[in-house]
Amino acid sequence: MRRIIAVLLENEPGALSRVVGLFSQRGYNIESLTVAPTEDATLSRLTLTTIGDDRTIEQITKHLNRLIDVVKLVDLTEGEHIEREIMLIKVKATGAQRAEIKRCTDIFRGQIVDVGPSVYTVQLTGTSDKLDAYLDAVGDASILEVVRSGVSGISRGEKVLGL
Amino acid sequence: MELLSGGEMIVRTLQEEGVEFIFGYPGGAVLHIYDAIFQHCDIPHVLVRHEQAAIHAADAYARATGRPGLALVTSGPGATNAITGIATAYMDSIPMVVLSGQVQSHLIGGDAFQETDMVGVSRPVVKHSFLVKRTEDIPETIKKAFYIATTGRPGPVVVDLPKDITDPAAKYEFKYPEKVKMRSYNPAHRGHSGQIRKAVNLLLEAKRPVVYCGGGVILGDGAELLTKLAKDLNLPVASSLMGLGGYPGDDRQFLGMLGMHGAYESNTAMHHSDVILAVGVRFDDRTTNTVSKYCPTAKIIHVDIDPTSISKTVTADVPIVGPVSTVLKEMLDQIAEMGATDAQTLDRSGIDNWWEQIDEWRDAHGLWTAARYDTNSNQIKPQQVIETLYKLTGGDAYVCSDVGQHQMFAAQYYRFNKPRHWINSGGLGTMGFGFPAAMGVKLAFPDEQVVCVTGEGSIQMNIQELSTCTQYQLPIKIITLNNRALGMVKQWQDMQYGGRYSQTISYKDALPDFTKLAEAYGHVGIRVEKLEDLETKMKEALSLKDRLVFLDVAVDPAEHVYPMQIAPNGSMRDMWLNKTERT
Ligand SMILES: Cc1ncc(C[n+]2csc(CCOP(=O)(O)OP(=O)(O)O)c2C)c(N)n1
Ligand SMILES: [Mg+2]
Repeated sequence: MRRIIAVLLENEPGALSRVVGLFSQRGYNIESLTVAPTEDATLSRLTLTTIGDDRTIEQITKHLNRLIDVVKLVDLTEGEHIEREIMLIKVKATGAQRAEIKRCTDIFRGQIVDVGPSVYTVQLTGTSDKLDAYLDAVGDASILEVVRSGVSGISRGEKVLGL
Repeated sequence: MELLSGGEMIVRTLQEEGVEFIFGYPGGAVLHIYDAIFQHCDIPHVLVRHEQAAIHAADAYARATGRPGLALVTSGPGATNAITGIATAYMDSIPMVVLSGQVQSHLIGGDAFQETDMVGVSRPVVKHSFLVKRTEDIPETIKKAFYIATTGRPGPVVVDLPKDITDPAAKYEFKYPEKVKMRSYNPAHRGHSGQIRKAVNLLLEAKRPVVYCGGGVILGDGAELLTKLAKDLNLPVASSLMGLGGYPGDDRQFLGMLGMHGAYESNTAMHHSDVILAVGVRFDDRTTNTVSKYCPTAKIIHVDIDPTSISKTVTADVPIVGPVSTVLKEMLDQIAEMGATDAQTLDRSGIDNWWEQIDEWRDAHGLWTAARYDTNSNQIKPQQVIETLYKLTGGDAYVCSDVGQHQMFAAQYYRFNKPRHWINSGGLGTMGFGFPAAMGVKLAFPDEQVVCVTGEGSIQMNIQELSTCTQYQLPIKIITLNNRALGMVKQWQDMQYGGRYSQTISYKDALPDFTKLAEAYGHVGIRVEKLEDLETKMKEALSLKDRLVFLDVAVDPAEHVYPMQIAPNGSMRDMWLNKTERT
């Protein structure tokens, strides 16, 4: 099953490499990983998505917790949560394609953020599934370049991952 | 206000931490530190002949004393030489702090002379590591390193120290923190009482219980409590390689080591048990045989300080995360309470049948009750060497071992009655560990008999330390079970590769005369070739209290270690009992 794990990490040099090292060392897969500082300069926040059975996920969270630099973590997929990913995509846009891409982008509530004589650059935000669906809709033939941020996540409601 | 340089701060911090020995080797990046040691340090420094030996010595000092070891190495090759030692300590959860020199801060990342990314290289084999950026941070960082190394599940911690921050000319205020707190590190300090109650009930109801004692019992100082629990409830005890000494080895209730080369009665009892109380173990693959066939009728109570050990390979029915000593203590308290309200609950006659069954197994194939090797051959059997050692030392010696057949024979035939006396590399299986380990133990306990049981292969991996033993007058007894082969590997080639001895006997005519080699370093060398000389010569060696003696014993090169579990696809009870007979 796909899981989204949010981690508060000491903002120390080498901390991120310990997280990444753990995954490669123990053969767990990382689908995506995002990391940035938080409002508290001593902490970074990571969101990582991974796929595994319950036993593997349990080991992953335990091992993450065991890292000295990990302050707290939560498996967001255990409860109600919001996930977002941002994607920038360059697509071929010539002739009739231009209108077609525009329409498709509107349907997905994306924005065309840059326009060239034969390309559009589109920005799209949403769940990973939604971004996948847009890529499908546009079709491989039109896609020139894709960059995705990876998932950021937060729980719904009152629950807060903080110190 | 006291102003100190970085080098001086390191010395002071080590003193404050109560460090007894610095095991180390100098070099460019640690020159400032060594100068501070020269000028200000009253902690003895032990100069090894290879950094790997410094780490093993510090590691074994920790294993034997329960206090953290300390090693100091230079950058680059000094640091990389230390890695095998650090990995060895990591696999066996040994508390240790390793200070490594690093190139000057402004050179880091530029492929400077003797630069290695030590934090990076060591990352998978440390509990934690630090790269210190500022001189002022030295005391607190080293304090944290000791705190992390010794609490929770212990392990090695690396502190990497760029040369410029130890500069004698740059002095800063020295403040030694009384305490450290880390918001991100809070090891469990007690087990869950409800879970402990469940465990106690399960254990009291069991008809075929076994206690499975692991290295965590030794590390967590739980041997006495575990022994009391087993005694009070008349429970049979099996032990992993790392748990030996956690329960008295010569006691009737001790079934012996379990696992790949475990005793017949131990593995068989595990297989047929209905409740296993596993304490301080991690169900390593050498202890379970095929996991899917592991102890099919057993409910498993698993006590360990590290949650990641629990249900990693074998699923626990009653998991208890906590220090083994406090958990065992609470189990004993709960049992006492139950006994006080209803004495009937502590009636143990329900397991009499189980003991009868175990005794039958023991009589049939027990290590100590049945014939396990040919006593009428005209060669010295390796088992006889260990039995003789056990007899002559009364089970009181510190036995440091290397890796191979000799290690398994030592584990099987030396009955460890006390914790922290069996010092070996269980998790990593590091050849070359035993001898430097013996140095660390001998320094800690100069009046105790410290023996290194080794093979002619393993001893050559750190034999240069004979010189260190000359320098510090360390009267260790090295007993080499010399089979002129990489015996353990050769055994596998016998059993699984049609006896094709690829590179396992090729050195047999190129071995040194170990007695002369020992003499060259100023030690005593004794060679034993005949069985009738074994006991007298070993006695002589052990009686030379002030000398290192290299006792080189020619043993039967054809001997295999048995029992040996059958793999792949075998269960705990599937074993070869000798070359032709299996269960
Ligand atoms: C550093 C290292 N290299 C290789 C091995 C693989 N290995 C395990 S046992 C063994 C043979 C050891 O020979 P010896 O020390 O003579 O002991 P014996 O088995 O003959 O008693 C080898 C090569 C190891 N454990 N450690
Ligand atoms: Mg050998």
